[in-house]
Amino acid sequence: MAALGLTLTFGQMGVINMANGEFLMVGAYVAYLTQQVITAVDLSIVFALPMAFVVAGLLGLLLEVSVIQWMYQRPLDTLLATVGVSLVLQQLAQDVFGAQGDPVAAPGWLDGRISVFGYEWPHRQLFTIVLALVALGALNAVLKYSSFGRQIRATVQNRQLAETLGVSTRNVDRITFFLGSGLAGVGGVAIALISGTNPTLGTAYIIPAFLVVVVGGVGQLKGTVLAAWAVGVATAFLTDWISGSMAQVIAFALVVIFLTIRPQGLFTVRTRSLA
Amino acid sequence: MAEPMLELVGVTAGYGRSTVLFDVDVSVPKGGAAAVMGHNGAGKTTLLRVAVGLIPVKSGTVLLDGEDVTKMRPNRRVRKGLGYVPQGQLCFPQMTTMENLQLVSNVRSEIDEVLDTFPALTGLLSRPAGLLSGGQRQQLAIARTLLGKPRLLILDEPTEGIQPNVVAEIEEVIVELTARGDFTVLLVEQHVGFALRSTDQYYVMESGRITGSGAGGENSLDEVRAAMAV
Repeated sequence: MAALGLTLTFGQMGVINMANGEFLMVGAYVAYLTQQVITAVDLSIVFALPMAFVVAGLLGLLLEVSVIQWMYQRPLDTLLATVGVSLVLQQLAQDVFGAQGDPVAAPGWLDGRISVFGYEWPHRQLFTIVLALVALGALNAVLKYSSFGRQIRATVQNRQLAETLGVSTRNVDRITFFLGSGLAGVGGVAIALISGTNPTLGTAYIIPAFLVVVVGGVGQLKGTVLAAWAVGVATAFLTDWISGSMAQVIAFALVVIFLTIRPQGLFTVRTRSLA
Repeated sequence: MAEPMLELVGVTAGYGRSTVLFDVDVSVPKGGAAAVMGHNGAGKTTLLRVAVGLIPVKSGTVLLDGEDVTKMRPNRRVRKGLGYVPQGQLCFPQMTTMENLQLVSNVRSEIDEVLDTFPALTGLLSRPAGLLSGGQRQQLAIARTLLGKPRLLILDEPTEGIQPNVVAEIEEVIVELTARGDFTVLLVEQHVGFALRSTDQYYVMESGRITGSGAGGENSLDEVRAAMAV
């Protein structure tokens, strides 16, 4: 889910948003807060998902308008600025909610396991997978079939040309950021159900998410999905043998290696022209 | 003389610190067609990009249908009736021909109308635009801009780098469009003969300045060639 959000902001717009992980954290806290207000656990999750999308989306929009829009031509500055924003958000969460994480109760229908292909799958993980698939399907449909999706793709491929065809590329930037951050927020709800909230939970996800986008090919949805699966499996195997933090180090090293060898990712698009 | 549709008044512009256009005045009357000619590097494309809004002016004014649009973003100028076909057969390579068109209009009857002008595109609608030939891409670029129903059409070297039989087709469409008189055309073109045949007014540029201008038509051919030889 985090990688899907990044596919939009990093993949489609070329913005290295290190604060994307914190939008996961925001989503997780939205799930927690919703549960404080709506105590019926079965119901609160249903409200938490759209709420997390909107809250994280609006925060992303705020970040775009206040910081990122001035730095589109300077990726390094964006990276540094968003690292700063990410630290501020972490500290804010820590001040408001405390350094200790809070548990988020999963609804009853997410307890238990189901047997698929001989494996026992916890309902929560299946829910996360289904959620990711739904988000992916929705994102794909928006990009492929909607008028706004065409505007996003056109802006990504040639910003000036899109602008001269009447596309408001500024609006496209803003809404793309809203969507990307909102998706991370939804991902955060799923994380909260598995591991509760924590002010620093975003940092654990940002590196693998970048690895997924880089391996998958920038702006390529099918690449993102395959890469997410591959990175997930690889990390699971690695953590069996070595510590979790060492697995992170290896994941980071893989990003560097991949960017050196195949910067265009696994999937690229055939074109006849160099334009 | 009709009121001007596009006016550049005392425009000085360039890229970063370097200045490419120096105090340029250009005026295209409503319903008229003007050609800008000159050698490579004379500043013709920069002139068009200033008119479209892709390059900010350092001084001077750009007026579109009497309105000062000097500080207006390109997409808003487009909504005010400007249409721009840039140099180099630009398209969105990863989108299909149809999607390239749908970016401007989703109305099927309007799309069919521009396909009547460029029938070669009809069989290529589901093909990614990046796989079209140069000539096909240029036809797509012009069709896509016409779909926006512009009142002012700005074309930057529409026949450059395209095989001769397609050049003839594109030239024919442009001559037809300019003859219709219901919109204004500003054309940058290296082929002097074609440019004069399809317009009623010309400007010659040299080193970022307008060095000559006059009435279009093929009678001006010698005059323009002499001005360009300077």
